[in-house]
Amino acid sequence: MLPRPTTHSKALGPGVAGPELAVATSAVLDRPPQPGAHLPLSGAAPCAVDPASLHDPRQHTKYPMVTGTSVMAIKYKDGVMLGCDMLAAYGSTKRYKTTQRMYRVNSKCVVAAGGEISDFQHICTLLDELTTDDFRTDDGIELTPQEVYAYLCRVLYNRRNKFDPLWNSLVVGGVAPDGSFLGMVGMIGTHYTDNHVTTGFANQLARPLFRERQKDDMSEEEALQLMYDALKVCYYRDKQSINKFQIAKVTHAAGVSISEPFALDVRWDYKKFAEPTKWAVGAW
Amino acid sequence: MSGIGTGYDLSSTTYSPDGKVFQTEYAQKSVDNSSTVLGLKCKDGVVLACEKLVLSKLLVEGSNRRIHNIDRHVGVAVAGLAPDGRMIANRAWDEAASYKRVYGEPIPGHVLCERVGSYVHLFNLYWSLRPYGATILLAAYDKNGPALYAVDPSGTSLRYFGTAVGKGRQAAKNEIEKLKLAEMTCREAVVEAVKILHKVHDEDGKKFELEVSWVCEESGKEHQRVPADLLADAERQAKAALEDSDMDD
Repeated sequence: MLPRPTTHSKALGPGVAGPELAVATSAVLDRPPQPGAHLPLSGAAPCAVDPASLHDPRQHTKYPMVTGTSVMAIKYKDGVMLGCDMLAAYGSTKRYKTTQRMYRVNSKCVVAAGGEISDFQHICTLLDELTTDDFRTDDGIELTPQEVYAYLCRVLYNRRNKFDPLWNSLVVGGVAPDGSFLGMVGMIGTHYTDNHVTTGFANQLARPLFRERQKDDMSEEEALQLMYDALKVCYYRDKQSINKFQIAKVTHAAGVSISEPFALDVRWDYKKFAEPTKWAVGAW
Repeated sequence: MSGIGTGYDLSSTTYSPDGKVFQTEYAQKSVDNSSTVLGLKCKDGVVLACEKLVLSKLLVEGSNRRIHNIDRHVGVAVAGLAPDGRMIANRAWDEAASYKRVYGEPIPGHVLCERVGSYVHLFNLYWSLRPYGATILLAAYDKNGPALYAVDPSGTSLRYFGTAVGKGRQAAKNEIEKLKLAEMTCREAVVEAVKILHKVHDEDGKKFELEVSWVCEESGKEHQRVPADLLADAERQAKAALEDSDMDD
């Protein structure tokens, strides 16, 4: 079976598997309909078929199916810290409760994702190919987090330009000889780097906490406490999250470590939450 | 040596009257004249060892790599013409990467060995191409365990417990036969491999470097160069063993 190149194709750009040409030529479009799976040999077009899909069998991502929620990350004294929960939701259903939404790229870099989990798995495959290439050249040189970030920007932007995005918000965190690195790449290719980055709901909920309390030289205990508080807030206020988190640390000294899943102390016995209508105006 | 295949040795698409393809044989000779490379398959992994003659004092130590990583779990040692070996190693990488893309798992050793074998064989079939002047020893650790293969310039690929190619192959193979490889760990085998290389090295005063790699339990089933301290220790033991046998003589 001939392998279909899905990466590093000069014509299509990285990360895309498509037919020979990204844009069908007039020769292809003006061809009479060939018998195929979707067309009977008698020549009659089947009813209730979107005519556009007869020419182009490729589907474009219209909406995500299995999604992860927010990711938050901060820089601290020893390096960077990323945190997210372990839920992959199927719409409103909290379906997969042990998904690791973080991926260790190499000893200096971690990528965490919210959004469509299958697209994230594809991104992990691409990054694995890059890392194995590094392993193969065996010269002690690894991809730096800046390089991983730039590569992912290009992949996501190119996919957006083909109207077939990888539906993810990615956080790239790591350490490099010139300091620690944190960046975010969105599904349309929007990207930025900062001392603290967040995706999804954490943009609204965790960012104020980070703005107030995050400092580049904070100690690990302070950073952990800040991360716990941010994760807790996101769990309280985001309906698509669960009380099961992972924190990844990337430090100059010890490299990458992704923690075991843990839960935070949360309270649901607030009186006003337990009986909301009791306190409402007009209730009896 | 010249005159043996007169007239029948000009192209790899010509048989000689006694059924040989001389171009392939000459390619084999090119390998036989290179420095020794050996491979040992042990209980828990595979060890590859190359003797590299230091061609010039101006060369940086560790250059002229003879052992290449193909994938995380596969490595290749090259004997013969180094650039030819490099081409074969690159092809092996392409095959391993494409297998992973299609089937989603690391390429098994026997599949990779077959693909490399048929690639090398390709170059024995056509008049416009010359056979590769390199034998590669392939060390793989897949879900079926560790395995050692050798692919020679004719495209034959065979699976071995232990083998050697190059100048000192006869002496090295004799030494390998004395070893009980099935009971040895890779750690012990590294020492044995270094000892053998020191023993079969032609004593013409030329300095030589060793390049030793392993893929075993201890390396996390990843193909990598042997840790520097283990290699240094093995070299010390090898030199001591040589001196002992010299004194005995």
